[in-house]
Amino acid sequence: MKFMMNTNLLNTPAGDEGMETRLWEYIDGFSTSEEKSLIEKLIAENAEWRAKYHELLEVHQSLNLVELEEPSLRFTKNVMEQIAKYQIAPATKTYINSKIIWGIGIFFLTMIVGFLIYGMGQIDWTAAGDSKSTLGVDFSKVDYSQMFNSNLMNGVMMLNVVLGLVLLDRYLSNKNKRLKDA
Amino acid sequence: MDIIARVLNGDHQSYSILVERYQNFVFTITLRYVKTREDAEEVSQDVFVKAYRSLADFKGTAKFSTWLYTITTTTCITFLRKKKLEVHSLDNERVFEVADNVDSGMRANQVEQKSKVNMVNEAIKMLGPDDAQIITLFYKAEQTLEEIAVILGKEPNAVKVQLHRARARLKDKMEKHFSEEVKDIY
Repeated sequence: MKFMMNTNLLNTPAGDEGMETRLWEYIDGFSTSEEKSLIEKLIAENAEWRAKYHELLEVHQSLNLVELEEPSLRFTKNVMEQIAKYQIAPATKTYINSKIIWGIGIFFLTMIVGFLIYGMGQIDWTAAGDSKSTLGVDFSKVDYSQMFNSNLMNGVMMLNVVLGLVLLDRYLSNKNKRLKDA
Repeated sequence: MDIIARVLNGDHQSYSILVERYQNFVFTITLRYVKTREDAEEVSQDVFVKAYRSLADFKGTAKFSTWLYTITTTTCITFLRKKKLEVHSLDNERVFEVADNVDSGMRANQVEQKSKVNMVNEAIKMLGPDDAQIITLFYKAEQTLEEIAVILGKEPNAVKVQLHRARARLKDKMEKHFSEEVKDIY
């Protein structure tokens, strides 16, 4: 076995790492056709490349000969005895309903949009030019006390609560259905 | 897919065909992480039970073996964490040190009789779990770099580099520990 015997190649300097990488890619069949031709030429003409190639090929072939380990003869029987205690769980997709995900998304989006609309509605745009704020908006003019005390905001909050209750109802009915199926 | 469909339709006994087909692969990969055959057998059984329970989640977008080896890897890591062996987190140098000690004990009476295959097997056992696993997946479990990347949760290029390094380390191990024995045999 050449990889054991060739002492010159055993002490390969760090620079030869690139050679090994390229040869492994060639042996594994990952080289491009251009690279493959170049490697073949190098193996044919360069003794160092040829020696390294045979060394790596020996390792590759040895690895292909390795046999798999075998468990005990009772292995399959043990597994079958164990799985008899269990049932196949329903697929993840069936208990993570995509409508629920969409519902949650809509819930949060509605909340964000509601707050934005209300916030924008509170800004006195005509006073923007007088403001010393770098954003051009005088935040002191925003009436925060009205934030949770207006019909619009109450409406948005009510919508969110209703959406939340619908989602909770769906979740509970799905859970109930799954329990009945089981 | 036919066998899987049969199992999903209630023919649980068909699952034994899958167990028979993949048990050696799963057991070998498990042995790369777990050092005793008893533990490896326990973990391998656990892998097949988990796979059975999650079978409805297998969609056939990847090979069944790739999906099964992903479960094998996570189960092995969970097992090691539970046992607090921390083998997985050992750096390669420490693994080599441990392996060297093991090797010195077995050399005297066993190595002389070993075949080439056994020597490669022994050298693989001296590698760290990550190196040993990637070599096993590539050479014995018929997994492509892309599939190994899925199993290990890494990029294919990173897997390629890791495979190169694992083989380089394996070659070093073989040269260091078995060069004399090879001379005797060949």
